[in-house]
Amino acid sequence: MGSGVDLKGTPASPGVRIKKERYFSGGGRIIRRFGREWPLHILIVPAFIVTAIFSYGPMYGLIMAFQDFSPVRGFSGSPWVGLENFRWLFDQPQFTRTIYNTLFISIAKIVIGTLAAISFSILLNEIRISFFKRFFQTVVYIPNFISWIIMAGVLSTILASDGLVNAFLGIFGIERVPFLSDPSIFPWTMIWTDVWKTFGFGTVVYLATITSIDPEIYESAVVDGAGKLRQIFFITIPMMGPIIVLMATLALGNVLNAGFDQIYNLYSPVVYSTGDVIDTYLFRLGFQNARFSLAGAVGLMRSVVSMILMSLSLFFAYKVANYKIF
Amino acid sequence: MHFRSRGEKVFNVINYIFITAVCLLCALPIIHILAISFSTSHYVSANQVGLWPMGFTTESYEFAFRSGRFMQAFMVSVQRVVLGVGINMILMILTAYPLAKSTSEFSARNYYMAFFAITMIFGGGLIPFYVLIYNLNMLDTIWSLVIPGGLPVFSMLILMNFIRGLPKELEEAAMIDGAGYFTILIRILLPVLKPALATIALFSFVNHWNEWLLGRLFMNSPANYPLQTYLQTLLSNFRELMRQMGPDYMQLVARMNERSGRAAQLFLGMLPILVIYPFLQKYFTRGLVIGSVKG
Repeated sequence: MGSGVDLKGTPASPGVRIKKERYFSGGGRIIRRFGREWPLHILIVPAFIVTAIFSYGPMYGLIMAFQDFSPVRGFSGSPWVGLENFRWLFDQPQFTRTIYNTLFISIAKIVIGTLAAISFSILLNEIRISFFKRFFQTVVYIPNFISWIIMAGVLSTILASDGLVNAFLGIFGIERVPFLSDPSIFPWTMIWTDVWKTFGFGTVVYLATITSIDPEIYESAVVDGAGKLRQIFFITIPMMGPIIVLMATLALGNVLNAGFDQIYNLYSPVVYSTGDVIDTYLFRLGFQNARFSLAGAVGLMRSVVSMILMSLSLFFAYKVANYKIF
Repeated sequence: MHFRSRGEKVFNVINYIFITAVCLLCALPIIHILAISFSTSHYVSANQVGLWPMGFTTESYEFAFRSGRFMQAFMVSVQRVVLGVGINMILMILTAYPLAKSTSEFSARNYYMAFFAITMIFGGGLIPFYVLIYNLNMLDTIWSLVIPGGLPVFSMLILMNFIRGLPKELEEAAMIDGAGYFTILIRILLPVLKPALATIALFSFVNHWNEWLLGRLFMNSPANYPLQTYLQTLLSNFRELMRQMGPDYMQLVARMNERSGRAAQLFLGMLPILVIYPFLQKYFTRGLVIGSVKG
């Protein structure tokens, strides 16, 4: 421990050299280190085993993407087919369509969701009575914690052709809208219901940011004669900048996840052309048609692209907003 | 000056109206479901139920409690939450503490960190996961729902950052008294970490309660379905019914009865979440802001 403390403040390169010496000069030190640190290793062991088996185990299973896999023959008995599964997939217009649907739905969710949360948090901040502020915040945050299963049940009831929403629209003489069964409307139903369910979370985060802005900045703006709108556009929004960028970047890392739970529980074959996303396609392929290898190939591509996007998003989140969770 | 304050008053009124409208939009669907669940089938089938029960009855709830499958699924979910949250908490506490150490105190820290962090950005996906559970003979056991996700890495990192934020003196004093790592963790750190632990425990509770897909995949027998999985099959059967429905009146009545029965079960399914919601609200906000977003 002593040498570790001594290194503080020395230039990087000698530090690295000394560190290497520390690790590689004989086994004595390693044993001594281990003698002191072994309880810490023991504490980690259970989680290490669980993660090794259940998180890294399935990664090994991805080799099925290059096989004609069947559970009976196992990984060692299944024949290798090279890139055949991938070639088959890209010949399917249905598959390439899901890529477009996924990106469309999930980018629209991010953009609209972010705008909704930003504007709502700004409006909420204008409410001076703190009881109401907290009450409203509580109400919009609730739908976040209710599962998509239950939400799907609620939505399929109120969005049905004889449901609450169409009854309401009927008052204004608007014809019944087939929210869940028209391919051109379905993606927008997914987008807006997702915004409806999740914007409360963004609101809470953004409101916390707005509350932490130094009130003196507003006071001096008022002295300079700036009105409410000017204050919002020239103080509030710029001060929220880093956290908005951070939230959006983190969301972009997750862009291939268009909301499996939501879509799977609300879609039907009528809207596959616009509503089928990578995850639902993969699920049907694997579990309803038992095409394990094809689903494995979709999963592998999805994982690799996701990994690249997430690494980029964590990198930019660190660069732009100094966000670091590790 | 006078003009602006009047403009502000107008803005305030409009703002209150708008925000109230948005809040109603968030709460109404839940209230609507609640109203349907307490209404008699006559009003439900005539589509007369809006936001208030018509012909108040608790029949649907009696049906839910009497029907074996709902209660069975409810109990599976309770079992799952107890085991799942327990396992999550133990693994997260044990893992977050060593990882909160600096490399000078725990030389392998960064290797472990990388080992766990990689699982956040890369995974094998559902199909190989299913094959693994199949090969391990874990299908149809409650363990397949609580052990594989035993360490929620993101929550563990929140806890780790909490521990790092604690004053060093706390541990050093105990160490001078000769306490080992494990004693320090249990006796000294855990009591101080209560708010953080509440945050991640609630996280874990909500995740286990709301999860349905693994229950659907890993449970062959419907008797083992957790509540959300059971509700999911209830919904998809209902849609099947709608699709097949002809103009026959009897069928219509049958469907409408099912509608209020379904509404009651949906409401019961979200009840535990609504009950713990006041705690959620308080700790989630604090936990997320302090633990992860250190902008």
